[in-house]
Amino acid sequence: MSIDLSQFHAVFFEESFEGLELMETSLLELDVDAPDSEQINTIFRAAHSIKGGSGTFGFVQVAEFTHILETLLDKIRDGDQSIDPDGIELFLQSVDCLRGLLEALQTETEPDTTRAQQLAGVFQAVLDGGTYADSANVVKTNAITGAPLHAASPSPAPASSDDSVANAGTRKQIGFSIVFEPEEDMLKGGNDPVRMLRELATLGDLISHANTDQVPDFDQLVIDHCYLSWDIELVTNCDIDDIEEVFEWVEDECELSITPIYADISSAAELHYSNSQNHAIDKKMQQATAEGQRLVMPSGPLPSLDNLQLASPGDVTNNGSDATPAEASAALAPPKPTAPAAAKPKAAKVEASSIRVGIDKVDSLINLVGELVITQSMLGQMGSAGDSITDEHIGNLREGLVQLEQNTRELQDSVMRIRMLPISFTFNRFPRIVRDISIQLGKQVQLELSGENTELDKTVMEKISDPMVHLIRNALDHGIEMPEQRKAAGKPEMGTIVLNAFHQGGNIVIEMTDDGGGIDTERLLTKARNNGLVGENEKLTQEQKLDLLFSPGLSTVEEVSDLSGRGVGMDVVRRNIQELSGSVEVSTEMGVGSTFRIRLPLTLAILDGQLVTVADQTYIFPLVSISESLQIDSAKVNNVAGGSDVYNLRDEYIPILCLDQLFGLRQEAKVLQDSLLVVVESEGQKVGVVVDELLAQQQVVIKSLEENYTRVQGVSGATILGDGTVAMIVDALGLSGLAGSEIAAAQKIAAEAVA
Amino acid sequence: MDVAKQDTAQNMIQQTAAMVDQASDEDFEDQQQYLTFLMQGEEYGVDILNVQEIRGWGNVAPIPNAPKHVSGVINLRGAIVPVIDLRLLFELGDANCDENTVVIVLKVATENVNRIMGIVVDAVSDVFSLTLADKRPPPNVNQGMSHTYIDGLTEVKGKMVILLDSERLLHLEKND
Repeated sequence: MSIDLSQFHAVFFEESFEGLELMETSLLELDVDAPDSEQINTIFRAAHSIKGGSGTFGFVQVAEFTHILETLLDKIRDGDQSIDPDGIELFLQSVDCLRGLLEALQTETEPDTTRAQQLAGVFQAVLDGGTYADSANVVKTNAITGAPLHAASPSPAPASSDDSVANAGTRKQIGFSIVFEPEEDMLKGGNDPVRMLRELATLGDLISHANTDQVPDFDQLVIDHCYLSWDIELVTNCDIDDIEEVFEWVEDECELSITPIYADISSAAELHYSNSQNHAIDKKMQQATAEGQRLVMPSGPLPSLDNLQLASPGDVTNNGSDATPAEASAALAPPKPTAPAAAKPKAAKVEASSIRVGIDKVDSLINLVGELVITQSMLGQMGSAGDSITDEHIGNLREGLVQLEQNTRELQDSVMRIRMLPISFTFNRFPRIVRDISIQLGKQVQLELSGENTELDKTVMEKISDPMVHLIRNALDHGIEMPEQRKAAGKPEMGTIVLNAFHQGGNIVIEMTDDGGGIDTERLLTKARNNGLVGENEKLTQEQKLDLLFSPGLSTVEEVSDLSGRGVGMDVVRRNIQELSGSVEVSTEMGVGSTFRIRLPLTLAILDGQLVTVADQTYIFPLVSISESLQIDSAKVNNVAGGSDVYNLRDEYIPILCLDQLFGLRQEAKVLQDSLLVVVESEGQKVGVVVDELLAQQQVVIKSLEENYTRVQGVSGATILGDGTVAMIVDALGLSGLAGSEIAAAQKIAAEAVA
Repeated sequence: MDVAKQDTAQNMIQQTAAMVDQASDEDFEDQQQYLTFLMQGEEYGVDILNVQEIRGWGNVAPIPNAPKHVSGVINLRGAIVPVIDLRLLFELGDANCDENTVVIVLKVATENVNRIMGIVVDAVSDVFSLTLADKRPPPNVNQGMSHTYIDGLTEVKGKMVILLDSERLLHLEKND
């Protein structure tokens, strides 16, 4: 019986990513001077599970890499090997590398193993007694010397190739030339070359030639020694990886060289001939390669093929992982049914689709359902009482209904809580970011986290993560000053960023405070004036000036760094937060620091709504978007050329939108006098929406319209009211878009009126 | 709608529901079953496997700025389901909703389309089985958009039935 392992892949990936996060956190917390064995154990266990899982699922690249990692960690754990900051850096890099590999595997694309091979080389060198820094340097040098080789020949051609090299443009890779020289005792390991050749034959057209010159005289022949070697021509369009896979189990016990063959398809036959002549050269190169390897790692016990290629600048064998995916798809020969299809490009990032729920949450849910069942049976009993209903029955019925209401509410809360995760899931990424960036910038920064256990809806959390990263980067880049500057300003050299999260009402508040230089509002203003965002004579309040920070295309930094400063960030941050119906505000003091305060609803599934009616239809405005509601005084209504109206609200002109007209609910326009105007604010723009009646405020469950229909402009979703009817939720931002040019015109005129 | 009329509609729906149940119990290899309904006296059919349920008309909330044939959305046990008036989509003129007016809830889950949607028709008529050989191609005339949705024609008890393609019908992006 065979089990389809792929069904477990999702779980494996999820667990692995969790494991990697754990490794990262523990690595960052690890004190190199006095390593806590428990923390090393944690890192070791995480690496071990990833290795185990990837081995089971046949993700060889990951398994091999983690194996080396694990060996080293094991030594550190036993105290046989020391750890220093360089080592931590290496381990962190390998966490990134593993993450890259796993992400590639998850999206079913070809993982780039170059980095993994480099790191594996370093770790191997460390295991052989080198220090972290030295080993890293050796491999780095090799990587650098190796790099121009690839750069110079984008279609990786063996240096020893034949005439066809000259006209590189017309050459196509048609297969591989393989030199396979088993070591004498390879057969003892139970590895049968015949099986491998047979396997190769399934990949394409195989021409193999066995070299028998090593076979000794009969009386010297040892029965279980392998004396044969093979020159193999394989015409195929499969990947070099597929071929390497065939030799996977014996790569330590043989000399193996795999070289791509290039040719016009028409002259393929000739090439066979010419290429076999090249084998002699290849073989010599191969030997040189092996020697080069020994030079770098004198006692390297198991020089694998990968290491070989890495460590030898003059290497002629093709490092398949560099270019194979492109080559595979560019191969001219039509794909054979047996050959694996070229890697399909899939969606770049697969989002985690399952969540882990604490058993206590599930238990409370089960309890509540139990209660619900009891209440239901109680009510059912009363219902079956028939005609003999007494006052007592009615009293019990009322009681039952109250109980039912309570149960329902608790059940709703409980179910919502299932989607809630502690914000530490997001916060845990930041120590690494802060560490990496502060090193890069040469600043000293410590990160303090608090309120990590504050719970937040999973969807909200996923979407808030990127804006948070952006804010943190900004704080590091622009907020915290260089150590010298800080010293001069009488502040400690070590800058501090504090991240805090807490609940407030139905919201979660995330605060990010830095003790840096603060935001220069005057410079913001000057910049905004130069960009034409603010008129020359306009007077702005402090808040308005700070608000400029979120305008598109504005950056106060003179120099654009690769971290931030292009001014495309903050407006996106604010937009993302607003999409979650949240808000962000800044407070700052020059020389002391700044605080960003993000306020988000706990969940996206429920919102506080204001019910209104327009032309007998009920609509819902999100309460957060409403700034006020008022009765229209027609004296304050001004008609602007173009037909749109503006309302003079405390000397501010706001455009008036008639919902009935925008939604096409009524033919004739409503008389504005004494109508109700709901002032909604979105992206700092106020608009007044005319409605017929204001109803109650209540919590509504948001349902998607797009699921079975399409997006509707001006509507963010729908909900079901208490009486079972459907009501649309009005999207204030979309409304303005719906009114479109009309409003833009009105606002322009209104702005001119103010000036 | 007075009580008597409501009863008629209710009865009708129940009867049809019974028919649908009965029909889907039987499983013929090369046969397809169709639910037919009436619009302007013409009989139309949809593949019964795409029919989720049949409901009475009512409580439809309009969608702002939707095309004319989109009546609105209904609450189908917590799901928001759009309802399109097939009579308006096919330009069959009058679209009054009376006691016989029913909403057929179609559900299509294929690569292209995965959605639930209601269609408003005059009345539900019958369920019949059809072997593929009995299905004739639609007339090759280009008359109005309704032809996009026609899968074929067939004859049941001497009467022509127009067979509709549910998948194309629910592919909203195309008929918007």
